[in-house]
Amino acid sequence: MAAFGTAAGRPLQGRGGSPGFRFTLYAALAVVVMYLDQRQHYLEQLRYVLQAAAYPMQLAVNSPPAAWAWIRRSFESREQLQAENARLRAGQRDLELRSMRYEALAHENGELRGLRAALPPVAERWLAAEIVNVQLSSLRQRLLIDRGAVNKVFKAQAVLDDRGLIGQTTHVGPWSAEVILITDPEHAVPVRIERTGLRTIAVGAGDASSLALPYLPANADIKSGDLLVTSGLGGVFPQGYPVARVTEVHRDAVQPLAHVRAAPLAHIDTDSEVMLVWFRADHPAAPTPTTDSLGELRSGTPSMQPQAVPPRPQVAAPGPSAAAPRPATPRKQPAESEAAEPKAAAPQPAAPQPAAPQPAAPQPAAPQPATPEPATPEPTTPQPDASQSKEGQ
Amino acid sequence: MNAPGRGRILFTALVALVLTVLPLPPWLDVLRPVFLVLAVLYWSVNAPRTGDIALGFFAGLALDVFQGPVLGQHALALTLVTYIGVREHQRIRSKPAFQQALFVFAALAIYEFVLFAIDGWSGHPLTSPLRWAHAVTGALLWPPVAAILGAGSRGRA
Repeated sequence: MAAFGTAAGRPLQGRGGSPGFRFTLYAALAVVVMYLDQRQHYLEQLRYVLQAAAYPMQLAVNSPPAAWAWIRRSFESREQLQAENARLRAGQRDLELRSMRYEALAHENGELRGLRAALPPVAERWLAAEIVNVQLSSLRQRLLIDRGAVNKVFKAQAVLDDRGLIGQTTHVGPWSAEVILITDPEHAVPVRIERTGLRTIAVGAGDASSLALPYLPANADIKSGDLLVTSGLGGVFPQGYPVARVTEVHRDAVQPLAHVRAAPLAHIDTDSEVMLVWFRADHPAAPTPTTDSLGELRSGTPSMQPQAVPPRPQVAAPGPSAAAPRPATPRKQPAESEAAEPKAAAPQPAAPQPAAPQPAAPQPAAPQPATPEPATPEPTTPQPDASQSKEGQ
Repeated sequence: MNAPGRGRILFTALVALVLTVLPLPPWLDVLRPVFLVLAVLYWSVNAPRTGDIALGFFAGLALDVFQGPVLGQHALALTLVTYIGVREHQRIRSKPAFQQALFVFAALAIYEFVLFAIDGWSGHPLTSPLRWAHAVTGALLWPPVAAILGAGSRGRA
């Protein structure tokens, strides 16, 4: 700030160059910064530092609403708390009833797919994050959450709430991360219509309550009320997570494409807490990694692809096995021993898992390096570098 | 005219930044003027020696960290706005508030146009017409904002 502290009496042109000169200087600097930032990698470090510097102020801005919420919560009446408690208990009972058969179903599913043991859930680890109440950008659907690189959050990580998909992280600072919502006009999520298995892309419409499905032909089998789930393509979200429900289908005889709107299932505008999820890379439902085997399918400039994020090879290869693909060793076992065997040391052979039994998402079989899993696939076992290998983006 | 101190300018800029990122309901947020731009513009017109283009650049960089899809976007726009303010400061300062507000509207429109163009070039297009709304509200709020910012230095002058 060369201009500070100069004597007030001198003419403007006298110090640090004329306004025109200084304008040219700073404008050039801004353009260089923009250019470097567009090239992604050069300014990641600077952004990281700046995001860290901004975080205290964002917390300060957040503190009055947070304090107000805290005060309101601490003065809640006994009846309210009891009512909430009863509601939560009922909800938990319902969930337990619903998940009672889960183990058995998961096992049965594994048998049907020809796997030797049931697969662990695709979500390996999750972490609750609170929304920092800061206006990031009007007209863009963004959030700031209070978890960052120190919590092993990585760029392009899936963010969910208890009802459905919310979005993915875009900029990760040390203690905070910016999340782009699925309703942002820049965001697109590859989805599948649950009823028919038809795959398409849901694009944010710019307001918190709707998604657009602009790429469906007018004769597509879709109707109001259809559930949209993630299709597992695109390399960020795993397959099968609920996204939205179709609210409006408008077909015009003149238009080749149907006009379809959907409402996101996640309560984006009322949530105060979201979940960050880490997924198993070697799970069939995991997001399809955009590895070299898919390279020839892509054409044109990557930025023009209708994808949720620019394709980055490392994004969806979180597991240690993805980094070093070893040849699969399918071991045929008699069916009796399958049922008897515990989950331990279950190699997941690629051969008996063709695309056929999974008509909805045929991709997973091809690009995934099917390797024998080294550790026991307990649902809670953290894999050693599950998040390290993802950080190099 | 008594030149305000550097600390005073930075303090008002910080307050304006807080007002700019304060969470508001969406309908109100669309109408909220970018207070930081108003403050920086005020200082570039009324204290062109202290609150000049460097202030615009760094204030814009701060906005970029909070709100920008591309780093340097707001910095460029605000550099341009402060340049116009510094260049025309004598002409604008002597005008009545109404004409000043017209000038502010033009400056905010230029500011938003720079952002709009960079949004498009960098692949983050945002074509909603609502993005221009803050230029109008900013111009309407200019007289009170200028009165508040000028309260201190006017008293001393």
